[in-house]
Amino acid sequence: MCLAIPGKIVEIAAGQNSVGIVEVTGVRRKVQLGLLEDDIPRIGDWVLIHVGFAMSKISEQDAIEQMRLLTALGETEQAMEEVCGYGVENVSGRDGPSRDWPEQGNARSGA
Amino acid sequence: MRYVDEFRNPELIRKASDEIRRLADPGRHYRIMEVCGGHTHAIYRFGLKDILPANIELIHGPGCPVCVLPMGRIDDGLAIAEDPNIIFVAFGDMMRVPGAHGSPFEHKARGTDVRIVYSPADALELAKKNPEKEVIFFAIGFETTAPSTGLTIMSAMAQDVRNFTVFSNHVTIVPAIRAILDSPDMRLDGFIGPGHVSTVIGCRPYEWIARSEGKPVVTSGFEPLDLLQSIVMLLRQLDAGEARVENQYKRVVPWEGNRAALKVMAEVFELRPYFEWRGLGFISQSALRIREKYAQWDAEQRYSVPETRVADPKAAQCGEVLKGVLKPAQCKLFGKQCTPEHPIGALMVSSEGSCAAYYNYEYRKSLVTRIDPVMSTVA
Repeated sequence: MCLAIPGKIVEIAAGQNSVGIVEVTGVRRKVQLGLLEDDIPRIGDWVLIHVGFAMSKISEQDAIEQMRLLTALGETEQAMEEVCGYGVENVSGRDGPSRDWPEQGNARSGA
Repeated sequence: MRYVDEFRNPELIRKASDEIRRLADPGRHYRIMEVCGGHTHAIYRFGLKDILPANIELIHGPGCPVCVLPMGRIDDGLAIAEDPNIIFVAFGDMMRVPGAHGSPFEHKARGTDVRIVYSPADALELAKKNPEKEVIFFAIGFETTAPSTGLTIMSAMAQDVRNFTVFSNHVTIVPAIRAILDSPDMRLDGFIGPGHVSTVIGCRPYEWIARSEGKPVVTSGFEPLDLLQSIVMLLRQLDAGEARVENQYKRVVPWEGNRAALKVMAEVFELRPYFEWRGLGFISQSALRIREKYAQWDAEQRYSVPETRVADPKAAQCGEVLKGVLKPAQCKLFGKQCTPEHPIGALMVSSEGSCAAYYNYEYRKSLVTRIDPVMSTVA
């Protein structure tokens, strides 16, 4: 429960600036942005998500590290299950993880 | 730009490990508590104990919300939920935690409408979709989670959703640390401070530990190198006879915390005069209840709560393990009657519980993510 999941903001819900859509390894889900009111994230920003709420903005590098950490801790599956659980409906029409932690493979070359 | 592999870089890990060996006074035994259950999990997962010299002992702290919840609260929540008109909603890691009359899953098998959500916001959505039902969200967690519950309650008020309530078991970490420091059978030299709790509360709430108790605190990230660096920072302070709060996890933890989240917490919650913690007993001002203004959304005010008090199974020594007095394997039931498949105590249920972490990684060494080649050279 204590581990946070990194996601990239890809959409801010129209008329509801406290709700955003994040993408976590290809899966799009709704997250609440109300706890970042002092520093509202924009599209393209990375956030750490805890129980469906964005808790802090982080750099892309840190997001990649956080994903690797979840993998190393054996919590990838649990994390993705959690992400898929956010929002009662699947906002993007794509259900479940569509690919495996893709950023990892690129991480080295991007570093 | 920083290399992403930095946190597992064998060379850097070797350096940190050498530095720990250089700093650790061989004539001294260091007892360092990692407060957060996420850290406990990482420590076992990465086999960090094997990297550290024998005179550095890591004591597992109380930072596992499922583990510190006394059994009676689970029974209370489930007792209310027996009404067929009620949907009992909780996070997945609550589901297998035993109450005196069974876990939420067992109650589900007996007919209670029990459902898992991953976010309190989804519990509210469920209430909106089922206007003829009453939805009770069984909320647990430290300051990492409480703001999310708080914002959900504010949202329920704003949308006037009246068939949604929260059964708050939210607790705060600092009073638990105080209780541990006050415990006469506990001698600690310093603390690895929690990571994600600190994103909300920041580092200031730990300052008294340094100032009044003379113990250093370093808030830490979860990577192997984060944890080793935090131990280096603690040892440097201890060697210099200093006690300060330092932030190793600057990339995520702002010194002042998250102001918006703190504001939400203060708006919705107030401190209970006291609250029972498993293993630690009653601790004053250590938990959050919902303010009168939001009474409509407070399950404890809307329903009659039996206020069950249940003693832990006698043979189980969860309390001693939670306080760090016993190591998991020293409990009489560990690995025998109590296993992750058949947990008797909550510490065996959650992946953040020290018993589950110890069982999974000490008993199944193959699961440990070796950060070789350092291991073979320094072990």
